[in-house]
Amino acid sequence: MAMFRGFVRDRVAMVFSILIPVLFLLLFGSIYKDSGSPRISVIEVGRVSLLDQARGQLASVMTISRGRSLAAALQDVRAGTDDAAVQQRGGTLVVRYSIADQVTAGVVQEVFASLVQQANQAASGRPPAVQLTTAQVENKSLKAIQYIAPGLLGWAIASGAAFGAAITLVTWRQNKLLRRLRLAPVSTATVVTARLGVSLAVAMVQLAVFLLIATRPYFGLTLTASWWMAIPVVAAGTLAFMSIGLLTGAVAKTQQAATAIANLIILPMAFLGGAFIPLDYAPAWIRDVSYVMPLRYLVTGMQDVMARGEGPASALPAIGVMLGLTAVLTLIAVRVFRWDDI
Amino acid sequence: MVTGVPATISVRDVRKSYGPVTAVDGISFDVERGEFFGILGPNGAGKTTTLEIVEGLRQADSGTVSVLGLHPWPRNPALLPRIGVQLQASSFFERLTAREQLQTFAMLYKVPASRADAMLGVVGLRDQAGTRTEKLSGGQAQRLSIACALVHDPEVLFLDEPTGALDPQARRNLWDLLRQISAEGRTVVLTTHHMDEAETLCDRVAIMDHGVILELGPPATLVRRLDQPLRISVESGLLPADAARALAGPGAEPDSVTDDGVSLTIATRDPATVLAGLAGRGALAGLRVSGATLEDVFLHLTGREYRE
Repeated sequence: MAMFRGFVRDRVAMVFSILIPVLFLLLFGSIYKDSGSPRISVIEVGRVSLLDQARGQLASVMTISRGRSLAAALQDVRAGTDDAAVQQRGGTLVVRYSIADQVTAGVVQEVFASLVQQANQAASGRPPAVQLTTAQVENKSLKAIQYIAPGLLGWAIASGAAFGAAITLVTWRQNKLLRRLRLAPVSTATVVTARLGVSLAVAMVQLAVFLLIATRPYFGLTLTASWWMAIPVVAAGTLAFMSIGLLTGAVAKTQQAATAIANLIILPMAFLGGAFIPLDYAPAWIRDVSYVMPLRYLVTGMQDVMARGEGPASALPAIGVMLGLTAVLTLIAVRVFRWDDI
Repeated sequence: MVTGVPATISVRDVRKSYGPVTAVDGISFDVERGEFFGILGPNGAGKTTTLEIVEGLRQADSGTVSVLGLHPWPRNPALLPRIGVQLQASSFFERLTAREQLQTFAMLYKVPASRADAMLGVVGLRDQAGTRTEKLSGGQAQRLSIACALVHDPEVLFLDEPTGALDPQARRNLWDLLRQISAEGRTVVLTTHHMDEAETLCDRVAIMDHGVILELGPPATLVRRLDQPLRISVESGLLPADAARALAGPGAEPDSVTDDGVSLTIATRDPATVLAGLAGRGALAGLRVSGATLEDVFLHLTGREYRE
């Protein structure tokens, strides 16, 4: 209880464990929000009657603006403000586009080619020989936010738990509080458990804040059925990273050293363990390396149940790995633990 | 052990080395129940190591220690609730108020949190109850750490240089508190390098240097045993130095007579005759009589050369 109050009053710790990750989430969430649904913007120069017939169905792929002269429209296409300028001269549709972005250029050509074909087909007065019907298939690959939210959350939980434990241990050793506690009739386990309570509470707050923000329609995280399984995953992750922190705190002599060591462990892990770079898009070697990164299990464990829609049991291997790691690291930390500096 | 009651603390032939450095080199002493016991010595004399061995923070290389009939090493959960320890540094939980610190320690010792408020009153910190420990003055922080050491009402209290960095007012304030704690019947063991502190507080002191106890006894006894002349001084100019030398009569000259232009100082082992002589001549203006102090005993034993 006392330690929790101490933590809440520790502005720096609050900022690092909650505010900064949330800022990252806001930032990355906004940047990658629209990825995966390219729209083209087209300038209608004069009247293009061909567009009228299809305006409704085109709205999903393109934005149409009008009211500019041809020269001004071409200027905007050159500058990249718009993707294409379209003009109708009698029976000819003239589309001018920039080749700067090949994907967009391709989309522009395809869209107008099919428009022209539709018009020609309609003009022939016969029913089309082949009808095309489309149906959307649920895509196994995820929208960006489904990666970003669990990834950043994993990183936030990992740093919160590891730094918290390491700094507490070193600070208490330096100000002799550890020696004082040694002379109080409490077991080491009691003290560690109290600290674990603080770390778990912080991690749950991180989880809640992230979910609240990421599920806003603006960011569009959709939680899948067994998202609640993220809670035990987060708890196991907190344990694992707290044990990393305890080991760091047992080895380090000063707060600076503890911070440096913890950074050295957590930061590369954030890149190699799938927190900052989605493993699906990462180079093969990162995917291979990620298996030895504890953060991988926290991040993928959360992704599986929160965003990929897999069953509750899918997180169990990740939880198992993290608990196993906790046991091993705690044993080592107890071995190298020192009550005081001398 | 005149009383036949086992001593509260018993230390027998304890030794402790750190590598090639011998910190404690075979010391023995007893502390009786309710006694205020001081361990004196220059820095590096081995007093903190001695205290840490008695508290159970360190293991002695050899020798035996018992506190309240129990062994402090290895960590003895039966003993811990019965002793209170105030460490040199003020060891507090970060960012808690004075009251919350005490409540936390109360919780660690499984005593009711209401003890926290009682202790704030005892150490005179009621007005600072809501103040964060980082914002307390040196004296207040020391009193709070003593309160933390007393929150579970221990039988023995250990204090390691409690007045280390305090100003004179804060020191005297703390002395009053320590006297009060001792008057409640607790056994108190304190290390210090302030002789005045030991002299005014302690029933008995052990003077340590180079890991051994040089002298052990009540401060007054140690001072008397030093057998130094008493120094009597009056205003300069009341009496010529020669006349002062003749005050005690022939064959009983004072040890020394000096006149520095401000005071005439007579060092003598026969103060009665000298004082009577001065009174007879009406030469008592500015009279000061000073005997040896524990500091003299200390310097006599440990030498005067500077060391760090």
